[in-house]
Amino acid sequence: MPKIKTLEDLMKIKEDAVKELKLREAGKRGKVIVAMGTCGIAAGAKETLKAIVDAMNELGVEDVAVVQSGCMGLCDVEPTVEVALQGEEPIVYGHVTPEQAKRIVEKHLKNGEIVSDLVVKRGQV
Amino acid sequence: MPVAVVANTVLICAGGACISAGEKSVKQVFEEKLKEFALDSVVRVVETGCMGACNLGPLAVIYPEGIFYQKLTPQAAEEVVVEHLLKGRPVEKYLYKGPAGEVKAKAQEELPFFKRQVKIATRNLGVIDPTDIEEYIGRDGYFALMKALKEMTPEQVISEIKASGLRGRGGAGFPTGLKWDICRRNEADQKFIICNADEGDPGAFMDRSILEGDPHSVLEGMAIGAYAIGASKGFIYVRAEYPLAIERLNIAIEQAREYGFLGERVLGTDFSFDIEIRIGAGAFVCGEETALMASIEGERGQPRVKPPYPVESGLWGKPTVINNVETLANVPPIILKGSEWFASIGTETSKGTKVFALAGKVRNTGLVEVPMGITLRELIYEIGGGIPGGKRFKAVQTGGPSGGCIPADYLDVTVDYESLKELGTIMGSGGMVVMDEDDCMVDVAKFFLGFTVDESCGKCTPCREGTKVMYDILEKITSGEGTREDLEKLKELAQFISEASLCGLGQTAPNPVLSTMKYFWDEYVAHVEEKRCPAKRCKALIRYVIDPERCVGCTACARVCPVNAITGEVRKPHEIDPEICTRCGSCMEVCRFDAISKVSP
Amino acid sequence: MKTTVDLASDLYKQLDEYIDSLKGKPGILINVLHRAQEIFGYLPDEVLEYVAEKLDVPVSKVFGVVTFYNFFSRKPKGKHQIKICLGTACYVKGGDKIFERFLEELGVEPEEPSKDGLFSVHPVRCLGACSMAPVVLIGEKDFYGRLTPNDVPSLIKKYREG
Ligand SMILES: Cc1cc2nc3c(=O)[nH]c(=O)nc-3n(C[C@H](O)[C@H](O)[C@H](O)COP(=O)(O)O)c2cc1C
Ligand code: SF4
Ligand code: SF4
Ligand code: FES
Ligand code: FES
Ligand code: FES
Repeated sequence: MPKIKTLEDLMKIKEDAVKELKLREAGKRGKVIVAMGTCGIAAGAKETLKAIVDAMNELGVEDVAVVQSGCMGLCDVEPTVEVALQGEEPIVYGHVTPEQAKRIVEKHLKNGEIVSDLVVKRGQV
Repeated sequence: MPVAVVANTVLICAGGACISAGEKSVKQVFEEKLKEFALDSVVRVVETGCMGACNLGPLAVIYPEGIFYQKLTPQAAEEVVVEHLLKGRPVEKYLYKGPAGEVKAKAQEELPFFKRQVKIATRNLGVIDPTDIEEYIGRDGYFALMKALKEMTPEQVISEIKASGLRGRGGAGFPTGLKWDICRRNEADQKFIICNADEGDPGAFMDRSILEGDPHSVLEGMAIGAYAIGASKGFIYVRAEYPLAIERLNIAIEQAREYGFLGERVLGTDFSFDIEIRIGAGAFVCGEETALMASIEGERGQPRVKPPYPVESGLWGKPTVINNVETLANVPPIILKGSEWFASIGTETSKGTKVFALAGKVRNTGLVEVPMGITLRELIYEIGGGIPGGKRFKAVQTGGPSGGCIPADYLDVTVDYESLKELGTIMGSGGMVVMDEDDCMVDVAKFFLGFTVDESCGKCTPCREGTKVMYDILEKITSGEGTREDLEKLKELAQFISEASLCGLGQTAPNPVLSTMKYFWDEYVAHVEEKRCPAKRCKALIRYVIDPERCVGCTACARVCPVNAITGEVRKPHEIDPEICTRCGSCMEVCRFDAISKVSP
Repeated sequence: MKTTVDLASDLYKQLDEYIDSLKGKPGILINVLHRAQEIFGYLPDEVLEYVAEKLDVPVSKVFGVVTFYNFFSRKPKGKHQIKICLGTACYVKGGDKIFERFLEELGVEPEEPSKDGLFSVHPVRCLGACSMAPVVLIGEKDFYGRLTPNDVPSLIKKYREG
C-alpha cells in the first residue's frame, strides 16, 4: 500500500521533514544552547537536549535553533541550558532535567515567560 | 515520524571531486570522534551531493550555524569535532579565507562564488541527504507531481512548460514543451519517456552531480513528463562510469515506489508509471538520442536517420520523449512556482538558468548554476575568481567535442544559446574549460579530433574517415611538418564533414578546429611556417634547456629524469641532451632554482 | 584441474541466475554482458558464445555489441587497474604526461597487463572530478587528484607493496 495518496499525506511528511531541515538553517528568532562539555554530558545533558528537541517538535516551536556548546564554566549546576532570544537578555538555567526542559520550552520559548525558579544567571555569560 | 534529535548536522560533500580529495577518511574520523565523545546520537553526519566549490574539497558545512569548512584532513576533522562540536568554537584555520586573508566563516553566504548563483536545477545539492526521500519532500519535493496529477490536465502541464520557455539542456536547446506536445499528439498504445544521463562531454559533470545529489528531482520531472505525454514507462540511461549515481537512483526509485510516486495508480489516480535504469557501456555516440534508443534495445549504439524523430517513432517504434537530466530537474519547480516565475529569469530567448562545470585554468573550479545571459567575464572572473598563477587568460572551451573555443576579445558576450552559436560554439551540456597562455590551440583542436576519431560509430564514411584525415593533418602540424596547403585542406574537410555526416557527432566534430582557426589563425601559421609552438606545448617543437647561469648543480633534475637525459657534475651546471629527452617536463617541476625552461625556436 | 572447472561452472551458474531473473524483458543483452564482465573480470570468447546461446541471439551480434562499446574488454586486465583521465580538464592540466609516465614506469602498452599481472593502464574520459585535475582512479575507489608525473613512481610502489 503506497504511503501517499493525498495532498494532506504529503503535507504531513513535509512538516516533519521541514522541522529537521530547519534545525540546520540560520536566521531564527534565537537559540537554545545546551552545554555539552564533558561534565554536562556526564550530568545528563544529552537527555536534556533530547527532551528539548522533542518538546519543541511537539509544541511546534520551529523558529528557535538548538545549538550545543562546550562547558560554560557552571559545572556545579549542570546540565545548563541558555536561552538567547533576539532582543532579550540571555538567561541561563541550571539543573535542567528532561522534565524541567519541557517546562522551559513551553513557558519561555512558546509563551515568552522566564522560568524564574531555574534561573542561575542573567545576561552575557 | 518523529524528528530525529539533532543538535548539529554535519553535511559532508560526497561529490566526485571531494571523494577524490579524501572525503571518505574525513567522514570516518568525524564518525569515530563523535562516537568517542558520545555525540553520535545528537550530531548527525550526512553525505550530500556536490556543493559546487569542488576545488576546496573535502568540504563540510556545520549547521545550524552554517559554518563552512574547507580542505579538510582527518586531523582537521578531529579538531573540528573537539573544538567546534564539543566546545562550540569554530576552528579558524580550516575556514575559508578571502584574498586578504580575512576569515569567511559562512562562505556560502558571503562569497561571490556562491552569491552570484541562482539555483533551480541544483536547488537541493549539498542541502539534502540524497538517500532520504523525506528530506526531498521537506524541500517541496513531489508537490509538483501532486499538483500536476490532481489539479492539471496533461494539456495544462504542457502549456505551462511551453510558457516557461524551458529549452533542452542536453545540447541542442530544443523547446521542451513543444517536444512534449508533439509526442502527446501522436496516438499510440504505448509511449516512453527517457532520461538521457549519458553525459559524454569529457570535462562535464553537472548531470552526474544532480543524479548523485538529488535523484528524486529527476524522477519527479520524469513522472510529470510521462503524465503530460501519456507514457507509462520510463528509462534512465546512465553511463557505466557513474556507479554512485546508479546506486543513488536505485535507492530513490525504490523509495518513490514505496511512497506511491511511482508504480500502479500513482497517488491514487488513474495514472500508472514506472522507471527502469539502463546502463551504458562507454560509447560517446550513445548520448545521441537515436543511438541511445538502439542501445536500450540491446543493439550496437549507432544513430539512424531522422526523421522519423523519436517523438514519432522512438524506442521499439513507439513515440518517445528524450530529455536531459538537467532539463528534467527544472520541471518540478516550474510546475510548482509557475511559468511566469521561471520566464522572469534569463534572456528573451533563453529562459532560466544553466549549470556549468567550471574547470581547467581557473581559480574556483566546480559546479555553478547561473542565470542565462550572464557574461563570460562575470562567470570566469567574478564567480571563477580568474586565472591562477598570474597567467593570462587565453580561451574558454564550451560544448565539448561539438563546441569551440572563445578568445579573450569576446569575454563580454552573454551566455545564451544564440550568442554562443554566433561565436562558432554551442551551449552544449555545460562543460566549461578555461585555458591560459600555456595551452596550445592547435593541440586542443587535435585533442578533440582525437576524441571524435575514437568515438565515431563508423556508420558513415565522412565521419569515420574524414575525422581521421583531419586528425592526421593536425598531428603533422603539431610535429612541425605541416604546410600552408594542409591548413587549406583542413578547412575544406571540415566543411565537407559537417555537411555530409549522418548524426550530430559527425556534423559538429569539425567545430573545435574551425573555431580555433577562426580566432587563433596566427598560432596555426606559427606551427607551419616557423615550426614554432607559441604556447610551448607541442613536444616536437620545443626543447627543455638548463640556464647555466642559474643552475647550481643540485642534481635534482638528473635524479628525476626517467630517461637519464641530464648529465653534469655536482655543483656544476647540468645539461639536457635533446636527443634523449622525451619532453616529459619532470625536471622543470623539481628544479627549485628556476634554471630549466622550455624554448620553441 | 578439477578445481578450476568447478570454479568456472560456479561462475556460469551465477550468470545463469542473473539471466533467469531478467526473463522476458526485451533488450537485455547489454545488461547481461555487464554482469558477465563483473563475474569473469573480462569477456573471453567462450563466455560470449555462451551468452549468445543462452539468449538465443547470433554470436555475430554479441561480438558486434562487445566490440562497439569501450566498456567491454575481451582481454584480461591487471590486478590493479589504473584509469587515467584524459578528459578535457585533465588534459589541459597535463593528464597526458601522467599517462605516459605510467606506461614508461610499468613498461606496458595501454590496456595490456604488466608482466607480473599486477597492473594495467587504461585511458578514460572524465571521471567527473575535473576540479581535482589531473585525476587517476586505481581500482574502483581510490581517487588521486592534482597529480604530477613525479608522483607516479611512489603510487606504483604503494600498490606493488600493498
Ligand atoms: C554525439 C552526441 C552526443 C550527445 N550526448 C548527449 C549527452 O551526453 N547527454 C544529453 O543529455 N544529450 C546528449 N546529446 C543530445 C541528445 O541527442 C538529445 O538532443 C538530448 O538528450 C535531448 O534532451 P533535451 O531536449 O532535454 O536537451 C548528444 C547528441 C549528440 C549528437
Ligand atoms: S556522423 Fe559519425 S557518429 Fe554519427 S552516424 Fe556517422 S559515423 Fe556514426
Ligand atoms: S623533460 Fe623529462 S625527459 Fe626531458 S630532460 Fe626533463 S625529465 Fe628528462
Ligand atoms: S564534489 Fe564536493 S564540492 Fe563538488
Ligand atoms: S640541477 Fe641544475 S638547477 Fe637543479
Ligand atoms: S576531465 Fe578528468 S575528471 Fe573530468
